[in-house]
Amino acid sequence: MSRIDKCFENLRAKKDKALVCFLTAGDPDLRTTAEVVREIICAGADIVELGVPFSEPMADGPSIQSATYRALQSGTTVGGVLETVKIIRTFPEQVVRDAPVVLMTYFNQLNKYGIQRFARDAANAGIDGVLLTDLPPEEAAEWLEVSKKVELASIMLVAPTSTKDRIEVAANMGSGFIYCVSRLGVTGERSDVPVELQELVTTIKSTTDLPVVVGFGISKPEHVKTITQFADGAVVGSALVNIIAQSAKPGLLRCAGQFVKELKAGINRQE
Amino acid sequence: MSTKQITGPDALGHFGMYGGRYVPEILIPALNELAENYNKYRSDKDFIAELDYYLRDYVGRPTPLYYAERMTQQLGGAKIYLKREDLCHTGAHKLNNVMGQILLARRMGKPRVIAETGAGQHGVATATACALFGLKCQVFMGVEDMERQALNVFRMRLLGAEVIPVSSGTQTLKDATSEAIRDWVTNVSDTHYIIGSVVGPHPYPMMVRDFQSVIGRETKKQILEKEGRLPDCVLACVGGGSNAMGIFSAFVPDEEVELIGAEAAGEGTDTDRHCATLTMGSPGVLHGSMSMLLQDDDGQVQLTHSISAGLDYPGVGPEHSYFQEIGRASYVSITDAQALEAFRYLSQTEGLIPALESAHAVAHGMQLAPTLGKNSVMIICLSGRGDKDVHTVAKCPEAVS
Ligand SMILES: Cc1ncc(COP(=O)(O)O)c(C=O)c1O
Repeated sequence: MSRIDKCFENLRAKKDKALVCFLTAGDPDLRTTAEVVREIICAGADIVELGVPFSEPMADGPSIQSATYRALQSGTTVGGVLETVKIIRTFPEQVVRDAPVVLMTYFNQLNKYGIQRFARDAANAGIDGVLLTDLPPEEAAEWLEVSKKVELASIMLVAPTSTKDRIEVAANMGSGFIYCVSRLGVTGERSDVPVELQELVTTIKSTTDLPVVVGFGISKPEHVKTITQFADGAVVGSALVNIIAQSAKPGLLRCAGQFVKELKAGINRQE
Repeated sequence: MSTKQITGPDALGHFGMYGGRYVPEILIPALNELAENYNKYRSDKDFIAELDYYLRDYVGRPTPLYYAERMTQQLGGAKIYLKREDLCHTGAHKLNNVMGQILLARRMGKPRVIAETGAGQHGVATATACALFGLKCQVFMGVEDMERQALNVFRMRLLGAEVIPVSSGTQTLKDATSEAIRDWVTNVSDTHYIIGSVVGPHPYPMMVRDFQSVIGRETKKQILEKEGRLPDCVLACVGGGSNAMGIFSAFVPDEEVELIGAEAAGEGTDTDRHCATLTMGSPGVLHGSMSMLLQDDDGQVQLTHSISAGLDYPGVGPEHSYFQEIGRASYVSITDAQALEAFRYLSQTEGLIPALESAHAVAHGMQLAPTLGKNSVMIICLSGRGDKDVHTVAKCPEAVS
């Protein structure tokens, strides 16, 4: 069983939900990324999503744009991100080795690296899935075939504008989990959770048995609580990225860990 | 004359391996809506009549095909004709596309329009059409471009548009485009995004080409009237590639007509300061479609440079990549210095001050014409006029000597 499937199975057994944490790999540098990943998993992150920095982050808001810029300034490459995940898989803590790590990026990076080579190297590095912001089902066929061969999950996105038909297509094509985009817009912290969201998640869940996690704009334990009442997990990205950006180096790990603990405490457990 | 129609792309917007839709899921339904509406109205009698009306009485079409007699005599080779898109209202071919898209946006009931702009010509065209129809208009423009095209920023504001400075990345056209896409992702329900060239996700490359194809249809008719035959070659500058695709499209089925695009080589393709995408790029995805792209080995988009803001873009329309691959068109690159020389030459030889973008096509014409026989016929698309560029050119004293 894949790490992702096992993760959701364990959570289900505990009547728990997934806290998915996003950070941009290489911000401020890849060594720090490895340490932050270790810290936040120990603090309660169930799944880690690593953003591979791409120079044209057209679906990202200011926080992740800036993180991307910092990561590229520090010389982060696709190969470097894969190496970093290899290192994460050698950490002594079992939870860190068992936690699913998925990459989130734009298609151009994979295309340039070579999609076959990328799939193979990612799987070898201990990566569990890939989420491509700008690869809708229309263009995904080849990547799906290649990733399937090496048992990398292809995490498909569903948006508030997706029709029922498109939700079905994404559910049939995708694996690991479905990433539900909470609202129209780019990534970034927001103050509220859209009211229509529950209906969208319900529709997706009526279409597929894959777990559904919700992302975009989720930044507070209260948001996590609201969302995990109806979804299988919540993704927190920009808020964590901002903490990494704002914390002084020595305190960075502690700040990130503390924040993730608070988020995890927000999860709605169905006792 | 051949009767073959312009064909391609396939239903999902692919020209061979290029094109397609590499965009966030959020946008797909809007692109479907746009494609459906475009397919419906492109053959709708009222739509066509209304577009024809505005192209004639407002844009000023047909534009002349002008015989550049002094230039022809001085260069001593091919007979040179200039397609006078510089005479379009707002000073460039950009309004042809904007007019089509704005009529479509009105039929789709979108009250708000956004656009990206580099040189400011597309922004001015969009601001103009929005003023004409009373639509709310916001134009994204890189801070560096706002400086070098200050006159166009002023024009847009005068026309009632809001110009939104983009200070991310390289602060030029590519960043303005990314920012426009971010806006569209957020406001997709009430907003139409008027892309200014044959780039972006399907249906834009096809639709913008079709709206610009009026250039080629007129040109073909005019050259047949004047010369009784097709030209030997057709030249146009290529930024995203819309004026080129517009004038090429009518001649695509006529295989004896050579189609040549001129890209910007900036300070030279042997430096890293250029934007000669088709000459130096490799296949990649930028702003929603697969095409040739200037990128490094890790897939990061490269910094570009051209003296001409309208060509300063690391990507290119997917159909151009396809034409290059199948050999239907060829692409050359022209340096800043060569473009400046052509800018001065055309001004002083024909009394036509070309846009710096168009000067790239003129520069290649100046090289090519003397190598062709006197019986041959060359057409250069003069995509815009150079008023907006005098400020830039004034800083290069060698160009006005
Ligand atoms: C006069 C003129 N020509 C050409 C271009 C380049 O665009 P395209 O390659 O789409 O024709 C521009 C863009 O701003 C322009 O203003």
